[in-house]
Amino acid sequence: MKHVIYRNLTSRILSLGFIILLTVSTSLSAQEGDVAKGKSLFNANCAACHKLNKPMTGPALANVEQRLIEEEGLDREWINNWIRNSSALIKSGDAYANKIYNEWNQVAMNAFPQLSDQDITDILAYTAAPPPAPVVVDAGADAVVQEPGISNDLILGALAVLFALLALALVLVKRTLNRFAEAKGIDTVIEEKRTPIWKAFIQNQFLVLVTAIFFLLASGYFVYGYFMQVGIDQGYEPVQPIHYSHRIHAGDNAIDCKYCHSSARVSKHSGIPSLNICMNCHKAIGEVAAETQQEGLKEYGVDYNAEIQKLYEAVGWDGTGYTGETQPVKWIRIHNLPDFAYFNHSQHVSVAGLECQTCHGPVEEMEIMYQHSPLTMGWCINCHRETNVKVKDNGYYTKIHEQLSKKYGVEQLTAAQMGGLECGKCHY
Amino acid sequence: MHINMKIATKYIVVAILLVGFTSCQKNSRPNYQYMPNMYEPIGYEAYQESDAFANGVEAQLPAEGSIPRGNFMPYEIEDTNEGYELAKASLTNPLDSTQVDFVRGKELYDVYCGICHGNKGNGQGKLVQREKILGVPSYDDAGRAITTGSIYHVIYYGKNTMGSYANQLNEEERWQVTAYVEKLKAELEK
Ligand code: HEC
Ligand code: HEC
Ligand code: HEC
Ligand code: HEC
Ligand code: HEC
Ligand code: HEC
Ligand code: HEC
Repeated sequence: MKHVIYRNLTSRILSLGFIILLTVSTSLSAQEGDVAKGKSLFNANCAACHKLNKPMTGPALANVEQRLIEEEGLDREWINNWIRNSSALIKSGDAYANKIYNEWNQVAMNAFPQLSDQDITDILAYTAAPPPAPVVVDAGADAVVQEPGISNDLILGALAVLFALLALALVLVKRTLNRFAEAKGIDTVIEEKRTPIWKAFIQNQFLVLVTAIFFLLASGYFVYGYFMQVGIDQGYEPVQPIHYSHRIHAGDNAIDCKYCHSSARVSKHSGIPSLNICMNCHKAIGEVAAETQQEGLKEYGVDYNAEIQKLYEAVGWDGTGYTGETQPVKWIRIHNLPDFAYFNHSQHVSVAGLECQTCHGPVEEMEIMYQHSPLTMGWCINCHRETNVKVKDNGYYTKIHEQLSKKYGVEQLTAAQMGGLECGKCHY
Repeated sequence: MHINMKIATKYIVVAILLVGFTSCQKNSRPNYQYMPNMYEPIGYEAYQESDAFANGVEAQLPAEGSIPRGNFMPYEIEDTNEGYELAKASLTNPLDSTQVDFVRGKELYDVYCGICHGNKGNGQGKLVQREKILGVPSYDDAGRAITTGSIYHVIYYGKNTMGSYANQLNEEERWQVTAYVEKLKAELEK
């Protein structure tokens, strides 16, 4: 504080001379600053509000020291005072402090009394260090070509194999029939007398019967299988409006499912997070790391940064504040039971203590979300027959557990024995 | 050799039909349903589009000023610097020592806060270690000197880059987490 008053008292000329002196001395001390240490201090203390090259909660800090000294005529003392306790500096009536405070909508910067002179020197050295060369991300043509290639290639390959097999089968059938014909003493070499294959086939009653039975069984099998899978959406994987990757969020960065699907703890629905929850992190994460971006382009053919921009458009975020223009994101619902069945998440997640992955599969590895389980009645019932109820430490169950375990003569009750097979529990 | 063209073409037609049939089933589309009358809900489902409201969706915000059932206390301190100071100086935890449940507090904290602040509260969560989010303070940061009131206020409104957690945690849960954060702070200061 002393220094501020002192600076205010000195005449202009004196202070100018002083600043020139300080410029020399600080540029010297900036060289002494330890950039690596400065980086970790900056990340720990300042990065919540400042980026080097972009305004965030506070102004961009690249080369602040130089900027403040050259453009505003301030000095290192001022910077020290500001960082250690900016609000005191503002209250003292310092002109530039008040100006910038008002410019930034009176957002208060934290006080950092614990930073030593050396710490601040290190931080300033880091802000003055040239930024690392940007990693060149080649949005190379190969990535774009690769993407639709896989499935098309597969289909074409499968078709080729199919036709090859058909041709082979035709040749084989022809050869066997020839042999039959030979056995029956028909001379196949003489063109005129030769019966066409299909006629020979029809004349052989036994062969016709076997083939007919075979075709009936085969078609029965396929028709049954086809009808049994109608209405089951296992493997359903729609294209979502934002390419949102569970692999990156729940896998690589280990964000808990309930962070986003927070109503799974307490209600029927798990819910899809509203966009303000995304912005808890994405206010700070405007771009993915260079390696992540590279991986996305190479392996999945998506531009992750463009996907984050879609999120920003939907919430109306322009990099520093909300514009107020929002649009809904129309996520496509994947898991959906028919209206006549009732399923409750909190019963399974909070009461039974089941992991999400038991029903939803390896979500933390899914680049794109798909339905892992069939969600049929048989699937529900099977699990209710096999899974024990967690009665321990649950006062609600003490009495019924005693009665039922006596009735069934078992120590551990399954969900089925608790009534998990009663139609009315799931159908209303 | 005489190749019966008729049979060959038949085989090819069957093959094409089969391939066509199987490729009709695409994972990016939902499957067909038998008579879906009782499958499709008549009532509104969560998040459904609907023309019942002007903005076209079923999910609506509660009417201005409505309060939930149960013992609800409105939080009247404002989201300003003065409000923060006021909360920091004056707000105290309404839960008494028998109601504070550190087991639940820890569960909630690990889900909602640990990812940034670290499960020990030292500012070294997974996202910080991977350098995705920076500038997360340790709870024993002397410059911040957080108090019961300031923790609750920050959970309720957020602060700068930290967002609000008021919609993921209800009032009681926020106080449980606050108590747990104070416990972590005390452990860090040891
Ligand atoms: C709570 C968020 C926050 C944190 C953390 C923070 N700042 Fe700031 N900083 C601001 C804001 C906001 C301003 C703009 C002035 C104002 O509104 O108070 C600012 C202004 C500044 C200025 C003046 C910049 C100019 O262009 O005049 C400097 C220098 C500065 N901060 C350095 C730091 C350093 C160094 C750290 C870390 C030790 C830090 N800040 C941490 C929010 C923060
Ligand atoms: C960062 C937030 C976030 C996290 C963490 C997260 N999810 Fe999701 N989840 C979403 C979003 C957004 C969607 C909707 C988009 C989609 O379907 O891909 C979604 C969709 C889903 C769906 C499909 C919903 C439907 O339409 O049927 C399931 C199932 C799911 N998540 C399970 C999980 C599980 C299990 C975890 C933990 C391993 C998890 N999620 C972690 C944000 C998240
Ligand atoms: C807890 C923090 C957190 C939350 C909440 C969060 N994200 Fe992310 N997001 C990240 C991180 C970390 C990355 C990866 C950054 C990197 O690798 O550099 C990321 C990457 C992304 C990407 C690019 C990669 C991809 O998945 O395609 C998109 C798009 C994205 N997030 C969308 C969302 C959406 C939509 C939500 C809300 C449902 C959300 N995020 C919520 C932390 C979060
Ligand atoms: C016992 C199996 C089971 C468990 C465990 C489970 N789910 Fe589900 N989940 C389902 C079923 C069944 C549906 C379809 C519900 C419906 O259509 O009413 C579903 C639907 C969803 C949806 C779509 C939206 C909704 O709520 O209807 C999301 C998101 C979801 N689950 C996430 C999760 C998360 C996150 C967890 C872990 C906390 C979890 N699920 C645990 C079976 C389960
Ligand atoms: C992974 C195993 C698992 C699957 C799959 C599962 N459940 Fe459950 N379910 C349980 C367990 C365990 C309980 C007992 C929870 C408790 O009350 O302690 C339970 C309980 C229930 C209850 C309450 C029963 C009662 O006695 O009050 C209903 C209703 C229910 N499940 C419906 C469903 C439906 C519908 C599905 C299929 C869409 C399903 N469950 C799939 C494990 C499962
Ligand atoms: C654990 C929960 C559960 C119990 C108990 C249960 N169901 Fe179901 N049931 C379901 C689910 C889920 C479906 C939907 C399956 C699907 O969409 O493929 C279903 C589907 C059905 C269907 C087929 C309707 C259709 O049009 O596809 C009938 C019929 C049915 N249940 C009858 C019963 C009867 C009768 C009982 C009692 C003996 C019963 N259910 C008990 C969960 C249950
Ligand atoms: C997405 C990362 C993230 C998550 C998750 C998060 N925080 Fe924070 N938190 C921050 C950042 C960044 C700051 C620094 C804010 C600032 O002052 O600029 C912070 C600051 C704080 C502070 C100090 C505020 C002050 O008074 O100076 C407290 C207390 C706090 N968080 C508590 C919590 C609690 C409790 C939770 C869980 C409900 C939580 N945080 C979840 C990132 C996070």
